[in-house]
Amino acid sequence: MNLTRRHALAAGAAALVLPRIAWADATADAISAFTGGADVAEGSGLTLTAPEIAENGNTVPIEVDAPGAEAIIVLATGNPNPDVVTFHFGKLAGAQRASTRIRLAETQEVVAVAKMSDGTFQRASREVKVTIGGCGG
Amino acid sequence: MAENVTPRVRVPKSAKPGEDITIKTLISHPMESGQRKDKEGNTIPRSIINRFVATFNGETVIDVTMEPAISTNPYFEFVAKVPEAGTFEFTWYDDDGSVYTDKQDIAVG
Repeated sequence: MNLTRRHALAAGAAALVLPRIAWADATADAISAFTGGADVAEGSGLTLTAPEIAENGNTVPIEVDAPGAEAIIVLATGNPNPDVVTFHFGKLAGAQRASTRIRLAETQEVVAVAKMSDGTFQRASREVKVTIGGCGG
Repeated sequence: MAENVTPRVRVPKSAKPGEDITIKTLISHPMESGQRKDKEGNTIPRSIINRFVATFNGETVIDVTMEPAISTNPYFEFVAKVPEAGTFEFTWYDDDGSVYTDKQDIAVG
């Protein structure tokens, strides 16, 4: 394969520089789509764990933990599309906690919003510095 | 079309009744994001697994909606409650309509 991942990602990164302002709106839209427009509190009920510095933006480990949550959405504010993942916890979830690995295009804020069982929403965010972006860097 | 998609799941062999256990799942899949371009500048079409569901004896443990920002070879770690002996079922749904499944039995005692 002649096309290396690096080349493809570099091309992608060039296309990502301009619409930066639009991303903040996209994140806000994604959050309101999840909450239905309800208020989101900056609460202690949700913990978002992510590395301070991620050397490789192609695989950044994250964990969300919100005891009693029904669902948690994770958003990457600096990605071309902020949606990352939504966890819905079922009856047999032993804890409302989950880990996965995500792509981050560049240094950015990762946001998580949890829907608690009482219908309220809580938000947590972490700044992640990306050395080699999952979209070029 | 994703090839050689292999699910791998780690579930303990046994648990105490009502115990919370940690489950780890990994499935090999390129998770083509739809953002990358080939060397002619054409966008490589998106091809990802968009949903992952884990159930125990038919009851949902976790239901995950996945977007292209999930890394290649999607990995999940989560906690399940085991009320009785039974079977975990894991299902991954691909954009192309493919469905990948795995099952793991667990004993209680």
